[in-house]
Amino acid sequence: MTEIVSVRDLHFAYHDGHAALRGVSFALCEGDKAALVGPNGAGKSTLMLQLNGILSGRGEITIGTLRLERETLPVIRAMVGLVFQNPDDQLFSPTVFEDVAFGPLHMGLPEEEVVRRVDAALESVRMTAYRDRLSHHLSVGEKKRVAIATVLSMSPSVLILDEPSAGLDPRARRTLINLLRDLPIAMLVSTHDMRLVEELFARTIVMDEGLIVADGATKDILADEEFLNAHGLEKP
Amino acid sequence: MHSHAFDRYHHKHSFVHNLDPRVKVAATVAFILSNALLPDGAWVAFLAAYVFMLAANVGSGLGLGFTFRRSFIALPFALAAVTVLFSIAGAPVASFQLLRWNIVVTDAGLARFMSIVIRSWLSVQMAILLVATTEFPKIVHALRQLRVPAILTVIISFLYRYLFVLADEAMRLMRARASRSAITSSGKGGGSAPWRARVAGNMAGQLFLRSYERSDRVYNAMLSRGYTGELRIMQARQFRANDWLMICILLLCLAFIQIVGRML
Amino acid sequence: MHYLPAPLHIPDGFLSLTVLLICWVIAIVMLAVAISRTNKSLGEKQVPLMGIMAAFIFAAQMLNFPVAGGTSGHLLGGALAAIVLGPWAAMLAMTAVIAVQGLLFQDGGLLVMGANILNMGLITVVVGYGLYRGAINRSRKTRLTVAGVAAWLSVMAGALLTSLQLWLSGTARLQVVVPAMLGVHALIGIGEALITVGALAFILQTRPDLLGENSASAQSGRGWVFAGAIISLAVVLLSPLASAFPDGLERVAENHGFLQLAQTSPYEIIPGYTVPFLGDTSLSTVVAGLVGVLIVLALSILAGTSLQKKS
Repeated sequence: MTEIVSVRDLHFAYHDGHAALRGVSFALCEGDKAALVGPNGAGKSTLMLQLNGILSGRGEITIGTLRLERETLPVIRAMVGLVFQNPDDQLFSPTVFEDVAFGPLHMGLPEEEVVRRVDAALESVRMTAYRDRLSHHLSVGEKKRVAIATVLSMSPSVLILDEPSAGLDPRARRTLINLLRDLPIAMLVSTHDMRLVEELFARTIVMDEGLIVADGATKDILADEEFLNAHGLEKP
Repeated sequence: MHSHAFDRYHHKHSFVHNLDPRVKVAATVAFILSNALLPDGAWVAFLAAYVFMLAANVGSGLGLGFTFRRSFIALPFALAAVTVLFSIAGAPVASFQLLRWNIVVTDAGLARFMSIVIRSWLSVQMAILLVATTEFPKIVHALRQLRVPAILTVIISFLYRYLFVLADEAMRLMRARASRSAITSSGKGGGSAPWRARVAGNMAGQLFLRSYERSDRVYNAMLSRGYTGELRIMQARQFRANDWLMICILLLCLAFIQIVGRML
Repeated sequence: MHYLPAPLHIPDGFLSLTVLLICWVIAIVMLAVAISRTNKSLGEKQVPLMGIMAAFIFAAQMLNFPVAGGTSGHLLGGALAAIVLGPWAAMLAMTAVIAVQGLLFQDGGLLVMGANILNMGLITVVVGYGLYRGAINRSRKTRLTVAGVAAWLSVMAGALLTSLQLWLSGTARLQVVVPAMLGVHALIGIGEALITVGALAFILQTRPDLLGENSASAQSGRGWVFAGAIISLAVVLLSPLASAFPDGLERVAENHGFLQLAQTSPYEIIPGYTVPFLGDTSLSTVVAGLVGVLIVLALSILAGTSLQKKS
């Protein structure tokens, strides 16, 4: 299978000197859906911001066949659909339509194509009826789905989601899980929701203190209770 | 907080709702300008303007008295104009003794005062109708198309979007303060007024930092979706013959009001 | 929570056309400079920052604190915005706040928005920033004190300007409106000063970098200090003068024709609503009325042509 994301020996330190990533390597293939787990401060969010070049450290990141560099940044940002944890940060336009159209518009697509993509993206998160709604009228669950649509409209090759199930009530969480299962696209999902991991992802990557400490089949990782406890995680 | 507390839009499918937002914005400003152009004491013309207003109310499907109910918002400001009652020369209408002053209300003063209040009252009603029949983002688009600089309309869009989010945060801060401060039977909260002001100041500082950090995250979200410093928006719908016709009709009505104001 | 209208927002109908047009011209010129400066000196990051900061000012205006007698103190925010954002960005953010207050909540009129922007969004920023800029390198205590004084004076400057506009429009008498407005706002200004100082103290404690040497608030030059000082001085001198000798000021304005100019509408330059060569007939009155309408038309056509160019 072709690799969509490949990260090799990534290091990154913040301005204050805190080393958030200390040599991270992994790869994600077409159709892969992987969970990214680990305690707070493990470097998960930092890693995600590296994948579309918002932060850049030392090491090598390849998306599809493109190496992440200054010149390839615009293309790579369309290929990597990054959805932030707080949908109020992700949805910055007054209406749902404008928000979902933001990505395609800034990719320079013609307007008919933008409209087509907005409709398709809303369709795939089952939010078509909300097209002309005001963002602040949506519930948290609805906002999360629209947030996913805002990157789907850019036709990304991989989705990167930060804590998609946080703050959702059981029903909204269920809707979201079904949605993620049905989306035919590679994804890397950072989460603390271990039941979500167990249910949805065959593969799990565990991070702690800026390193990947495990990368393998979810059922093997979740079976090792001692290992989970050592990294601040819990068996679901 | 319920975000609807700030909403002024009333969803309906009516004639006025369906007008192009640019037509509505232009017509509202033209109506207010027309009021400002009417001379003092042009009562018949004010009445005609009111009828125009009522017609717009009816055309919006919101009911004859819709704007009336919220129209008193500007009235407290009329206090600022009270002095014209007795500061303009004219025939005395009424006089009374206030402390050691003998105050005489003149007919010219009364006419001027009433004219100011009526102008204000008519104008504010049309502004109410504009936001009741047009979703705010559409008004902002209309402003952009009417040549208001992009940077201002973008800031207004952000303001509108995050108004609800930040008002919610402000609300939570105030609730947290309320739950930690007991109120004595005298009805006064704890601490001196300066102390309470400092608490409010700290809350404002906290709100500022949260907003500042949020703007970082929003910026990242924008970058992730291809923002490079230039904001693009979809082209507006073509201005159709119907829209021009509408503008002409509205302007003719206002012209009629102006003529009435000068002849009667 | 409901939206509570704040004082100083002038509704439509209270200013004469001439006064409100002059205010628009001043406001537009200042905003044009602000836009070109923010475009030049600030990165693309500034757009979401200014937008969210405008929302912050709006939300901060809701943070009230109870004062005696059922009233409450709250914030206008011009000085605070100027100190944390720098003057040009603050002007744009305040303008957006005033636009939304007028458009969405009818707090302040649409046609008089130029005056409201000038009174609450521009002069408050010049006074607030100018005074604070002069103390930016001093000790924490001095900075906070100066910020408090600047915040108070910014409100007073806005109130004085508002009263002068009302007076020039023939809406209020000088000897009543100046002391009344300044009296009320001397109290409101204390709330403004306390909240501004409280907010800055909090920011200095937790994120001093945001107000430091390289922050937005330290970017602009010392010309601001001069402008802020001049306006403050004018406020300090003019306020008691206008309160104590209103008749004198009124006479000066009258002698120089300011009052007449301000109170007549631009179209009334046609004497007595009649067109000279048509004589004093009703036809002439109609024509004069039509001139008024032409102004309305011209505005709409101007808007219309810009629409056409767009599409």
